Amino acid sequence: MGPEASSPLFTGSVAGTLRLIFYLALAMVLMVLDHRNGWLWRVRYNAAVVVEPLYKLAGLPSAGMHALGVAFADRKLLTDQNRQLREDLLLANAKLNRMAAVAEQNQRLKELLDTRHNLTLKVQLARVVGVDLGAYRHRLMLDVGAHQGVKAGQPVIDAHGVMGQIVQVLPSTSVMMLVTDPDSAIPVVVERTGLRTVAYGSREGGQLTLPTIPRAADVKAGDHLLTPGIGGRFPPGFPVGEVASVAPAATGTFLEAHADPSADLDRSQDVLLLHDLAAPVGPPALAPEVGPADSLAPAASPVAPARATTPAAGAGR
Amino acid sequence: MNRARLARWWFAGTLLVSLLAMLLPLPRVLEPFKPYWPALVLLYWTLEAGDRVTLGLAFALGLGADLLDGVLLGEQALRLTALVFIALRFRSRLRFFPMWQQTLAVLALLVNDRILLLVVRAFAGESLPPLAWWISPLVGAALWPFLFLLLDDLRMRLRIQ
Repeated sequence: MGPEASSPLFTGSVAGTLRLIFYLALAMVLMVLDHRNGWLWRVRYNAAVVVEPLYKLAGLPSAGMHALGVAFADRKLLTDQNRQLREDLLLANAKLNRMAAVAEQNQRLKELLDTRHNLTLKVQLARVVGVDLGAYRHRLMLDVGAHQGVKAGQPVIDAHGVMGQIVQVLPSTSVMMLVTDPDSAIPVVVERTGLRTVAYGSREGGQLTLPTIPRAADVKAGDHLLTPGIGGRFPPGFPVGEVASVAPAATGTFLEAHADPSADLDRSQDVLLLHDLAAPVGPPALAPEVGPADSLAPAASPVAPARATTPAAGAGR
Repeated sequence: MNRARLARWWFAGTLLVSLLAMLLPLPRVLEPFKPYWPALVLLYWTLEAGDRVTLGLAFALGLGADLLDGVLLGEQALRLTALVFIALRFRSRLRFFPMWQQTLAVLALLVNDRILLLVVRAFAGESLPPLAWWISPLVGAALWPFLFLLLDDLRMRLRIQ
């Protein structure tokens, strides 16, 4: 643009326009390619060497604010918080102790039935990096990535319920999509009635939308939504949300419900990544060889004969 | 030579800081008020050092912002290129506007930028953003005089051309 500055009237304006058209076309080609193939993330994964330190740098102020908040927090506030946490822990421990026996029994019964669901969880703690990934996008950046064994699709929970799932993984950071993201959809089951449906993120505000509830279904405000374990992403039994309102959908063929997510989407600093994905429900996997090798074995385990009947058990369920 | 190098570092540094400022999270209530920092800083340099800012630079900065912000590769490149093109076209006039007129011009540029973004998002199949989304250009324009004076003052202090 040098010549234009020296004679601002005409010289260079044609060249400038041509250059503008060139860059605009280039940008559009990039956008279309990226929209079609989504290879922005592959580019970004490769550019991670440069990009990740910048994220860390940009996350510093919010981490600093957090640290300052702790440093200058009221002593009384901290004491209160501490007492609250102790009480919560006591309560949770008491519940756990009671549950342990039940879980043990459940485990034994399930072993007898040879179902592959188990109650143990393998989790990984992650911190939220305070980086803004564009307004109105319900995404969070976590400080763990491929080097820590994170994979796309892993569910993320906090103490209160399901938060979302990992969508993109960089070498040492990853991005999760909250359940309230417009692109998000998660299967849910209504705890009270067992009705299964799908909860989508909503376009406005931090709510979940359930647009496809049959008109005859019994859903009320206050119903709890849990993960059913279908779909193979989220393990069963985690709270997803609580129904806030139910009304006929605009199309008239369904009821549409809105739900508040159970997880503390705004405030969670520490989240848990689940490592074991739910066992896919459906016809059970092919039974392992039940030929002579298995039956001739000298009673290796009591489970072996039960496994041969797996298809029947699956059909009975 | 030393001064020229300092000037170059200062130029690149402000642009980098503007990218970082874009990534800084704000409390949820303030989120719609966040101005589009890279555009503001780039506008400043367009007006003050028009020979240094080219369409290619705007495109490159936009690509960098896209890599960081990751909505759609090329989106911010397109917006910043268009913004810088208009600003360069009217540079000689914009420079000698009184501050309030310049602020209005910046507002118009930022609103134009939002409209471009809206068009791109509409083509990508996203829904219309809420009304609060349009506050950001207003905040950006309101901040413009202060940003301009601050950057100008710093430039004078560092004695950079």
